[in-house]
Amino acid sequence: MLDEIVRFENVGLRYGAGAETLSDLNFTLFPGSFYFLTGASGAGKTSLLKLLYLSQRPSRGVIRLFGEDAVTMPRERLPGFRRRIGVVFQDFRLVPHLSAFDNIALPLRVAGVREKDLETPVTEMLEWVGLGDRASARPATLSGGEQQRVAIARAVIGRPEILVADEPTGNVDPDMAIRLLQLFEALNTLGTTIVVATHDIHLLSKIPGAQMMRLEKGMLADPTGSLRFPPRSKNQQQ
Amino acid sequence: MFKFFAIPAHDRRLIPEGRLSGPMPWVIAIMIFLTVLAAAAGLAMTRAVGDVSDELSSRATVQIIEANPEIRARQAEAAADRLRAMPLVEEVRVLPPEEIEALIEPWLGTQDLANDIPLPALIDLKLARVATDGEYEALRSALAPVAPEARVEPSSGYIAPVISLVRSFQWIAFGLVGLLALATAAAVIISARSALNTHGETIAVVHLLGGTDQQISRLFQRRIALDALLGGLIGLVGGAAIIWLIGTQLRALGSGLVKSVGLDWWSWLIIAAIPILGMFLAMVTARWTVVGALKKIL
Repeated sequence: MLDEIVRFENVGLRYGAGAETLSDLNFTLFPGSFYFLTGASGAGKTSLLKLLYLSQRPSRGVIRLFGEDAVTMPRERLPGFRRRIGVVFQDFRLVPHLSAFDNIALPLRVAGVREKDLETPVTEMLEWVGLGDRASARPATLSGGEQQRVAIARAVIGRPEILVADEPTGNVDPDMAIRLLQLFEALNTLGTTIVVATHDIHLLSKIPGAQMMRLEKGMLADPTGSLRFPPRSKNQQQ
Repeated sequence: MFKFFAIPAHDRRLIPEGRLSGPMPWVIAIMIFLTVLAAAAGLAMTRAVGDVSDELSSRATVQIIEANPEIRARQAEAAADRLRAMPLVEEVRVLPPEEIEALIEPWLGTQDLANDIPLPALIDLKLARVATDGEYEALRSALAPVAPEARVEPSSGYIAPVISLVRSFQWIAFGLVGLLALATAAAVIISARSALNTHGETIAVVHLLGGTDQQISRLFQRRIALDALLGGLIGLVGGAAIIWLIGTQLRALGSGLVKSVGLDWWSWLIIAAIPILGMFLAMVTARWTVVGALKKIL
């Protein structure tokens, strides 16, 4: 078991020749923890998540992921690491011509799971997100909230070690938002590290053991990372 | 090698395949059609040049130029006897006067020419091998005592400029095949890039879910290979029909070099393989294009 699952050291990210979108990020994520990433629009939440789910390499600094240097890692090894990370994209990014079932099954198929072995987990996942009767529906025929649930189901179906979610409750009603957070919490209980980017401050109180990182203009509000204040730490709950 | 055809149906659905729905199969069909015609022309000319060269390079004609028909006939017989005794000469045939008149009939008409014009006697020789200049000189020396005015001329000399011209056409045809292959590859590159743009979002998602370059490129390879095979078969059928028609018309002409123009079984085999080669060319080009594009993203 790793002591830490993610470590950022002096990480900066710059798109093109512009100013740095993210600067001097130093923090560590621990296995089995639950993190909220907050900040105003444009603070760099999505950029930080992109670094986490290996969609971008930083312009500077060191990122250690699952104990390995993700910055200098050869490109050929990245797919294997990506399969250990579940991602809920802000804009869902569902494949438009695939059904809800096929969209959810996609990570398993990419990972080479046999067809006969994915029917049950995908169906269960569809039931879990309340879309058991929409298995054959294509994204265009689903509401925003339904699409978001499909996106979440796709992200968690492969039992990732880290789940990264960008505004996962942005398009669902409050009840569904709570159900989805409960799903994340259940996954977290099973050992998955969860990172949820949100600007909805009310969500933070729903997961008592969660910790918070706040981004301001591309920098962590506390540059040392030590002041990530847990609304209520796990120790306090006990 | 054919692993890409075995992609499961659900993976295939990631990049929708529309048989003959896009321009790609039709572009390939036209390319393969033209390639088939160019290759057939090149192969037919190769065969014609080979046949004619083989036939003529070991043949020679002896002309006995003598105004007196009696002396000419006597010299022709003596020359023929002497030639038959030479190991280099395999067959000797003295052309009868009627045959010589038939040869010049297209130019000089059907009048009784033999009495008006002193036509030379002609002896057709088939040699045991392609003779050297020295051996031709030896033939001339052997004939000098019996027919002092005899001329020995290798048949290949007459046809050499024609052979040279046909060889030029042959290389032009094969050059066209090469150019068409390049044009096909370019069309595939454009098509693959267009498909990459069209399905860019799907590819990005598969990529971020842990899909490898190989998994993604196989989807495109399969789609483009099938398009190329389908288009190639259409092009082959069209090209083969034209070749058959031209062949029928050439056979109707029925003589000389034209008669040698044709395709033997191995030429047909090469032509039949063109769509398969086109498919592999398209597949390799598509893979190269897609993997190259994927390497530009993380």
